[in-house]
Amino acid sequence: MNLVESIKMALKSIKSNKIRAILTMLGIIIGVASVITLVGVGQGSSQTVTDEIGSLGTNLITLSVNDTESVQLKDDQILEFQELNGISEVAPVVTGRINAKNQENTAQVSITGTTSSYFSVRNLTLSQGRFITDMDDELRQKVVVLGSTTADTLFPYENPVGQSVQIEGVSFEVVGVLESVGTSLGTSGDNVMIAPLSTTQRITQSTAIGTVYFEAESEDYVNRAMFQVQGVMTTLFPNSSDYYSVSSQEDLMETMTSVSDTMTLMLGGIASISLLVGGIGIMNIMLVSVSERTKEIGIRKAIGANRRSILLQFLIEAVVLSTLGGLIGVVIGLGVSKLMEVFSSITISYSPSVTLLAFLFSLLIGVVFGVFPANKASKLNPIQALRQE
Amino acid sequence: MRNPVIEINQMSKSYELGGETVKALQEVSLQINEGDFLSIIGPSGSGKSTFMNMIGCLDKPDSGEYLLDGKKVNNMKDHELAAIRNVKIGFIFQNFNLLNKLTALENVELPLVYRGLSVKERREKAINSLERVGLGERIHHMPTQLSGGQQQRVAIARALAGDPPVLLADEPTGALDSKTSKELLQMLKELNKRGQTIVIITHDLEVAKETNRIVRIHDGQLYENGGDWFEPSRIYQNGTQEYQEQ
Repeated sequence: MNLVESIKMALKSIKSNKIRAILTMLGIIIGVASVITLVGVGQGSSQTVTDEIGSLGTNLITLSVNDTESVQLKDDQILEFQELNGISEVAPVVTGRINAKNQENTAQVSITGTTSSYFSVRNLTLSQGRFITDMDDELRQKVVVLGSTTADTLFPYENPVGQSVQIEGVSFEVVGVLESVGTSLGTSGDNVMIAPLSTTQRITQSTAIGTVYFEAESEDYVNRAMFQVQGVMTTLFPNSSDYYSVSSQEDLMETMTSVSDTMTLMLGGIASISLLVGGIGIMNIMLVSVSERTKEIGIRKAIGANRRSILLQFLIEAVVLSTLGGLIGVVIGLGVSKLMEVFSSITISYSPSVTLLAFLFSLLIGVVFGVFPANKASKLNPIQALRQE
Repeated sequence: MRNPVIEINQMSKSYELGGETVKALQEVSLQINEGDFLSIIGPSGSGKSTFMNMIGCLDKPDSGEYLLDGKKVNNMKDHELAAIRNVKIGFIFQNFNLLNKLTALENVELPLVYRGLSVKERREKAINSLERVGLGERIHHMPTQLSGGQQQRVAIARALAGDPPVLLADEPTGALDSKTSKELLQMLKELNKRGQTIVIITHDLEVAKETNRIVRIHDGQLYENGGDWFEPSRIYQNGTQEYQEQ
């Protein structure tokens, strides 16, 4: 008896008990579909994070100070970094939260005090006006650039450029508005306001520079530049390496990727358990089927079926069940992923290898969990099997 | 001189039942020749079923020799016995034992499927076989759509499909009414006339009387009366009384 014949026979037997077959397959269907969808969600979010970090520029190096008491960076110390080889831009940043007001409209936003370099270091774009200049900083000009959300909140009906805004009671002139950058890593990049470093230090009454952004001349210089920044920091603040850290985008990307990879693995693992449970369901039904069809097995044996044919018949039936379930699961999994992408903001990355793997796994499960019942069927004694009603 | 199809020499079989050893067959010997129409008759518990299982190669004897169509089968392995059953024996059961999910044609094809014949070849043989039992019009019917007599004819067609040297019928009329039983026996007779060797296992004397040769089985031993033509002997008359008492 050949394979095509056996598969036909298995399909026939499955067709004659449709509801049971569907219920049996349900475990596999849910398993395969959830593996595909959940791994898609996991990989999608990993992709989003990587893209976001990448969009900030891969040449970016960040020096973050954790303890501004112990490590107090002064303006002239910042200049030392500027002289380093391989670094094209340095942007020191002071941040604070302030209340801004334009007549009736108020907003609590984070203010970033920085220099003109910030614009290129952070890959910003303006929708109108200009960015702050070195001159603004030197002359302690009360000028401000608004993030797009801040601009909408404070000036809902008019063009903000040229208008004035009250920050902690001091009047500032709006010189520009940033293009929306969207939400990045959970924080809105649009609900901000950027002012010259010197002015911000005065407004927030803090001189502490919390972060310095550097731009390496090219991606190849990133590691060397990081090393140099580290060197300068060690000279300036000996024995204080615990109070600050220097990182590149690549470091950040690696961390985020490993986090989301772990998440993907966990989601996939949970989904695989349901595949396994589905397999046990198949075994269960196949065992029931064997005892139900004892008579049939007896008849088949009496007219000349050997052990191998009976084993193959039941094994193929189990594999056909699980494979069919796997196929339906793939279709549903891809469908659900597509729907989720359309109806929610979640990015789902479709992975052909995971789909194939889930499908092959469902096939394997059919074989593994089909062997035991099939073997049981093939070992039945024909005389006793025939006697059964 | 006709060739022997079945030669059984000194065959014994016993099995455990409730802690007791039952000697189902005690050194029985029997020769069945090509073209024989033979019945084996005995009450339940006589070893009749055991003997049928032996002839049908469903079970192996403890001792003794069994030659089926010239082949020694008593020492064969399970898968070899399966192949022998497929080629040498055509089974007809009391309850027809058709697969209800398959059509008449598919049922008849089944032994040929296990023989590994091509789709075309086995379809041809199966249709031919169904025509022989007069069911050429109903090949696509399901067993449940057929009467008992028709179902048994499908079973005969299935048994005949592979051209086995021996047709082995276990109480073939057991589930049929008397009219249908007669028709069925008539059909078996005709098959026998065309040279088919047929062995019927039954407890019904009326059925046995239709055959040319009767072997009685009692307490695991065989008694034979007459040859091609049946004449009741003393032993057989005793037997008859026994059956009537039951």
